[in-house]
Order: sequence, then C-alpha cells, then structure tokens
Amino acid sequence: MTSIDPASLHTAPPALPATIDGEPVGRVSAVYVYEAPVRLWHWTNAAAISVLALTGYLIGQPLPTLSGEASQHYVMGTIRFLHFSAGYIFAVGFLFRIYWAFVGNHHARQLFILPFWSRAYWRGLFEEARWYFFLEAKPKKYVGHNPLAQFAMFWAIGVGSVFMIVTGFALYSEGAGPGSWQDHLFGWVIPLLGGSLDVHTWHRLGMWAILLFIIVHVYAAIREDIMSRQSIVSTMVSGVRTFKDDDPD
Amino acid sequence: MAGLETFYEVMRRQGITRRSFLKYCSLTAAALGLGPEFVPQIAHAMETKPRTPVLWLHGLECTCCSESFIRSAHPLAKDVVLSMISLDYDDTLMASAGHQAEAILQEVMEKYKGNYILAVEGNPPLNEDGMYCIIGGKPFLDQLRMVAKDAKAVISWGSCASHGCVQAARPNPTRATPVHEVITDKPIIKVPGCPPIAEVMTGVITYMLTFDRMPELDRQGRPKMFYSQRIHDKCYRRPHFDAGQFVESFDDEGARKGYCLYKVGCKGPTTYNACSTVRWNEGTSFPIQAGHGCIGCSEDGFWDKGSWYARLTDLHGVGFGIESTADRVGLGAAAAVGGAVALHAAVSALKRAQHKHGNGSNGSSHTGDAA
Repeated sequence: MTSIDPASLHTAPPALPATIDGEPVGRVSAVYVYEAPVRLWHWTNAAAISVLALTGYLIGQPLPTLSGEASQHYVMGTIRFLHFSAGYIFAVGFLFRIYWAFVGNHHARQLFILPFWSRAYWRGLFEEARWYFFLEAKPKKYVGHNPLAQFAMFWAIGVGSVFMIVTGFALYSEGAGPGSWQDHLFGWVIPLLGGSLDVHTWHRLGMWAILLFIIVHVYAAIREDIMSRQSIVSTMVSGVRTFKDDDPD
Repeated sequence: MAGLETFYEVMRRQGITRRSFLKYCSLTAAALGLGPEFVPQIAHAMETKPRTPVLWLHGLECTCCSESFIRSAHPLAKDVVLSMISLDYDDTLMASAGHQAEAILQEVMEKYKGNYILAVEGNPPLNEDGMYCIIGGKPFLDQLRMVAKDAKAVISWGSCASHGCVQAARPNPTRATPVHEVITDKPIIKVPGCPPIAEVMTGVITYMLTFDRMPELDRQGRPKMFYSQRIHDKCYRRPHFDAGQFVESFDDEGARKGYCLYKVGCKGPTTYNACSTVRWNEGTSFPIQAGHGCIGCSEDGFWDKGSWYARLTDLHGVGFGIESTADRVGLGAAAAVGGAVALHAAVSALKRAQHKHGNGSNGSSHTGDAA
C-alpha cells in the first residue's frame, strides 16, 4: 500500500479528478486524508465522550448508597471530578479541532461545513441514503466523508459539541459562582433555557443525542469498511484512505 | 402619615431606647452581611433620613409572603412595619378598609410622587381584561399600572410576582403574568420563593431604605446577597452527597441517618435561595433539615418541571408524555436505533452473501463488483 505524499494534495493535485472533496473519485488507490492531529483528536475525543457519558449518566442517576461514615467515601465527588476533567479535555480538544480546521488540509474542514446550497451535495446525500436503504447496488467512492456522514457529523459533533460545551460550562458556572469566567462566558444560558433544572435536562438530552450518533457512527464505519469500496476504520488510525477497486466513480 | 419624621424619631417615640436602637442597627448590618464598620452608617442614615413610604399591593396570591414577612426575627417585622418603613398601604395588614384605604393610596402617590417604593405580592391576570382579580371594584392590573407609574422602584415579593408561580402554571387559564412583564419601565427587584424567607424580605427592604439604593442584582434581577448560591452549595447534608450516600426512599435507613435527598428529588442543586444558610423561623430549620427535599419554590416555573420526588425532570413541556424523562426518551431512542442497526446489519450481510453468490453463478447484472 502506497500513499500519496500529503503535500502534493495541497500543491499539485493529481491530473485525475480524484481528490476533489465531496466528488466521487477515480483511479487512486490511496490518499492521505486525516492528518495526525485530526486522528489524535478523534481518539481523544472518543475517550472523553465515553468518560463524560458514563459519569454524566451517574451524576443524574447515582450509584446505590454506600454505608459507613461520609468521610470514608468520595464517590460522587470523584465521579463529578472525572466528568469535569473530561469536560475540559473535550472542550480544549474541540477548540484545537477548530484551529486545525483552519491550518489543516481541506478534509479537516468537513466537520464544520454543511454545503446547504450545493445541489451536488444533496444529490450525493440522497444517493448515499439509497445505498443504505439497499436501493443502490454499489456505493460511490469518497476521499473524505460521504455526504450522509458529513451531515451526521456536522450536527452531532460539530453542533452537538458546541451545545454540550455551552450547556456544560453553564452548569459548571453554578458551582464556580458568580464572577467566575465560566459565569461571565456561559452564565446567560441558565435563564435563557428557563433555569438550572432545564439546562440539566437539555444537557442530558444532548448526551443521548450524541450516544445515538455513536451507535450509528460505529456501525456505519464498520459496515462501510466491509461493504463499501474504500477503507474507513483503518483510515482513522493511519490517516490513509485506500480503495478496493480501480473503477471510476 | 409619618411625614418628614426620621426612622430614629419614630423608634424613640415608640419607647425604644438608644441602646436598643444601636443593637438593632448591628443586627441589621449582620443580617445584610455587612461588616461592623457599616453599623454607624446605618445608625446615621436612620437618624437623618425621612422614612420612605412603601405601598404594598396584593394581586393573585395566597398571602404566604405576608405571612412570612410578619414572622421576621432579624429585624423584627414589627420594627420594620412600625418603625422603619412607612407601610402606608397594605390592604391585608392595614386597619382601615374600603374607600378610606384607597384614599390613602392616592394621597401617598401624590405626596411622594416618584419617591415611594411599590411592593407587589401576587401578580395580575391578563385574560378577560384582568377581571380574574378585582381590587376595590377595579382590575388589579389597573391598580398595579397606576401605582407603578410614579414609583421609585418595584419589589416583586415571592414567586407569584417574580415568576408567576402556581396561578401561571400550565395551562394558566387566567394568563397570570409576572410583574416585570407588565411593568417594564421601572427598576424591579425579584425576591422569589413561595414564600420568600422572612429575613430575606426584611433584609432587602432594610437595605433599600438605609442605603437609599437598590441591592446589587444578579442576571435574573434577584438580590445577589441572598440568591447568589444554590441551596446545595451550603447544605449541611452536602458531605453525604459527595460521599455518594443517598436516601433511596423516605422510610429507609439513609433517611433516618440524614443522608442526601438528591435521589428522592431534592431540587437543592438547581435552586437559588438562602434557606440552607438563613433557614426559617428564626433559624430553626428548613425543609431539608426536616427530612424533605427542596421543591425549588424560588425557581422559575417550578410547578411545571415534573415531580418534586424525582431527580430528572419530565419532558411534558417539550412534547413528550407526562412520565417521560430524558433517560426514558434516550434509552427508548437508543433501543430503537440499536434495533434498526441490528436489522440493517442482518440485511446487509444477507445482501452481501446474495451478491457474492450471484456473481459466482450467473454473473452480475450490476455495473461492477462492490467487494
């Protein structure tokens, strides 16, 4: 397996119409798609979300009561500490990911862009949906995310992360107190959504929305790896997209 | 009417010694969370300033705010009412009634134009031109607007005036509306709670009269000195929360041991009030100390946010069933999506097997081989 030098994608795209984002590709066997920082962010983010979802669930529905002196335990304290720490990693990682969208390759921008006015994008999304409904015999090849995947990632990770960070830090500001930077930046969210209890509820619904995305994301990634014409799972490890056939389109 | 008499003169006239007066000033300073250096300032203000008239109106309400107010211990409500504020109109507490009472209202409004404080207990219903609450033969809405016009500031007593409370709970048939949505051109101080704590009420009013300014307010218009922290932040059961020791049901061992009431729906973590520090009835107790979770009575819309005995709110307001919580909806959706994924995987596997088989035997009619 050989990969194209990543620099060549920026400077001199191959003559074949292979690497235009969102467009089907032709005869290219391997393309460097996900740069190392993107891959590192992906797996850090996956770990952070796992910790956040688990600890967040337990904050709303705590574990069974422990007996003995209160001074012997710190279960809720530890769970909340893990949640807040993972939350900071999630937020800082997301900020870094936004930065990388500016300085990274053009695939790094896909997460934050929904080509709403592009007819070709919606046609591609429709075709991809048909492939998932078993109405297409053969999927198209994509170097980056396919249009349907881009749609899901834009909403669940692009918008979803912003929502969870804003509501999360708003809740954190309640403990940090008035005058804290969390309160200055995010405190306005609490009255906007109708009070602390409502923000808790929305934050929890946000968690479930992201968990639903993860179920679909993991399934689709594995299925595409097996059934589509390109690599998926290994691409997020090595950064290189390989194609299983040389057919055009 | 008190006219230009100062607070101090009135107190002395009522037989309060100077020593008692100074004690009272220290207590008030302490109640407001001020340092000892403020005591002379308070004393000086009370010696020199004429009493500010307060007009106390009652709309749709249950009078629990008044009931709470008259039980204030620091300062004593009688001191506040008889000595400090010139409570010239309060149809629940005043001796006069009928035309006599309404005449006082007019008199104060004219004499102290732009210089009196309007305290509102309850709220105006807007449906049917305000006919659901009639005071002195006229809709309360009219009285509120009339008195608010020349007021210096407005105090919204309790959750009714601040947020709407029970009469504004869904479906709100009378369209009961909080004061700040009706009076939009005056500074408004919200003192929510159902009722607010007595010392919080007298503390707010004492602060305004002694310093002649509004207390510092938070984003939602509540005085920071009483509403800047959650019940949970200063709860004496907080160590049990951090340890993970909860009352699982009201008759269990944890309940007897005084564990945290979080799991039986305590709203302390989402409620801003001073109950866990100031407490009630001269600092005797507060709901959590009595073994019952906080119901969040000082939070906006607390009637409509689900059970007082469940941690997660129901999503009735967002279009789900009355018994739905975020977890029920989330788990249901996860089960549905998980099922769909499993089904999809099965069909995918079947298709793939079929496709391979088809390619092997009689060639594919498709344009290419997917695998």
